[in-house]
Amino acid sequence: MQHTAIIDYGTGNLRSVENALKRLNAGYVVTSDAAVIRSADKVILPGVGEASSAMEKLHDAGLDEVILNLTRPVLGICIGMQLLCESSEEGDTACLGIFRTAVRRLGETFPPGSRPDNAIPYKTRLKIPEMGWNSIRCLRTGTGGTDREDRQLFNGIPDGSYVYYVHSYAPDICEDTIAITEYGRPFSAALRRGNFFGTQFHPEKSGSIGQKILANFLEL
Amino acid sequence: MLAKRIIPCLDIKDGVTVKGINFTGLKDVGDPVELASRYASDGADELVCLDISATLEGRKTFAAIVERIAEVVDIPFTVGGGIASVEDAGRLLLAGADKVSVNSAAVRRPELIDEIASRYGSQFIVAAIDARQYGGKWVVTTHSGTRPTDRELFSWAREVVDRGAGEILFTSMDNDGTGKGYPCKTFAALSEMLSVPVIASGGAGSVEDIAEVLTAGQADAALAASIFHYGRIGIGELKSALSSRGIPIRTAIS
Repeated sequence: MQHTAIIDYGTGNLRSVENALKRLNAGYVVTSDAAVIRSADKVILPGVGEASSAMEKLHDAGLDEVILNLTRPVLGICIGMQLLCESSEEGDTACLGIFRTAVRRLGETFPPGSRPDNAIPYKTRLKIPEMGWNSIRCLRTGTGGTDREDRQLFNGIPDGSYVYYVHSYAPDICEDTIAITEYGRPFSAALRRGNFFGTQFHPEKSGSIGQKILANFLEL
Repeated sequence: MLAKRIIPCLDIKDGVTVKGINFTGLKDVGDPVELASRYASDGADELVCLDISATLEGRKTFAAIVERIAEVVDIPFTVGGGIASVEDAGRLLLAGADKVSVNSAAVRRPELIDEIASRYGSQFIVAAIDARQYGGKWVVTTHSGTRPTDRELFSWAREVVDRGAGEILFTSMDNDGTGKGYPCKTFAALSEMLSVPVIASGGAGSVEDIAEVLTAGQADAALAASIFHYGRIGIGELKSALSSRGIPIRTAIS
């Protein structure tokens, strides 16, 4: 049986990812052990909380280098995905730089006095965090892949499917973007570069669509 | 576009789901794990499970039920009822809850919200507020709406958000369980004032009521119990009725 390593670097709840893998009857281990992570068939980097402290924890656990050198499929979820980007505005931190994009705060933020005339009126401003179900579109394969087309993350997922989000920051669109969601502005709902994948949404909480996306990842 | 959420609520007492009118005269309406799983497959966007057990034994049963629900349900679920410390919240997190809701304990000791938010993040904490009108003023209540406090709804809502609550679940105790609809003007004022999502609770009797609170009431989500438990309306039926009114709703794409 293949096994998936869920990286535990002290950022909280891994239970929902575990339960999702159980429902898929997938073998997994929750670990912070570099050797176990290196030998896993698949690696999931979850994460909730604040980006700069999550990055610090990853670094303190000595796992940043381990992750950068992985050659098997890696899936970052939410903060886990953000840590694979170049940087995050949250706590103004540098990240691992796999995905060629920056993570920025949702909603409009203007320095004092620079608010443009066409800014969204206060009444219809965005609630932050974005919490709930939003749709994904423009699903594609992504850059630097060698896998067969029919074995990709969004195989069997229709354009416009809803997935579950809880976040205040999101990665900008870039060449690695494989799915887009709009909340105030379009952002990368999912990214892919080579063996690295990431979703800003929570597939483990996205009903049957999320379950299918996780199953696709496990089949890569 | 972000969809409006439909959230069934399970009130669980000593291991069974109950729902009564104005929280008294409780009736047993089914096995919570079975009900949770049925709601999730019917298209519920989220679930809320509230522990209304009064005994220690009942609370232990509840923790076990949370674990079982977390195993079978693949949508977010919030757990509440009797959470009075960071430790209580942590135990439920470990059992598999995605969020916790705090109510009376935060009214007694508001720092509880800061503590849970700083430990687990704002996304993990929903502040539930029960209020009813006394002489035209919305007064925060505790103990299922039976005890008025000296807090006013709007200032308390602002305070809990400032303290780190990621969502507000507001129940009008004047409307709860009556099927008379939601106080939409109050919801709209609350939603406009707050930077976080507002979940409307207490009073849904029809599709129209829910449509109204999600549009005129500007609520981000609607929570209901009785109309689902007693099969007055199915979740799928409700969601397609809302969707046909132009309300953004998550529906299955095929």
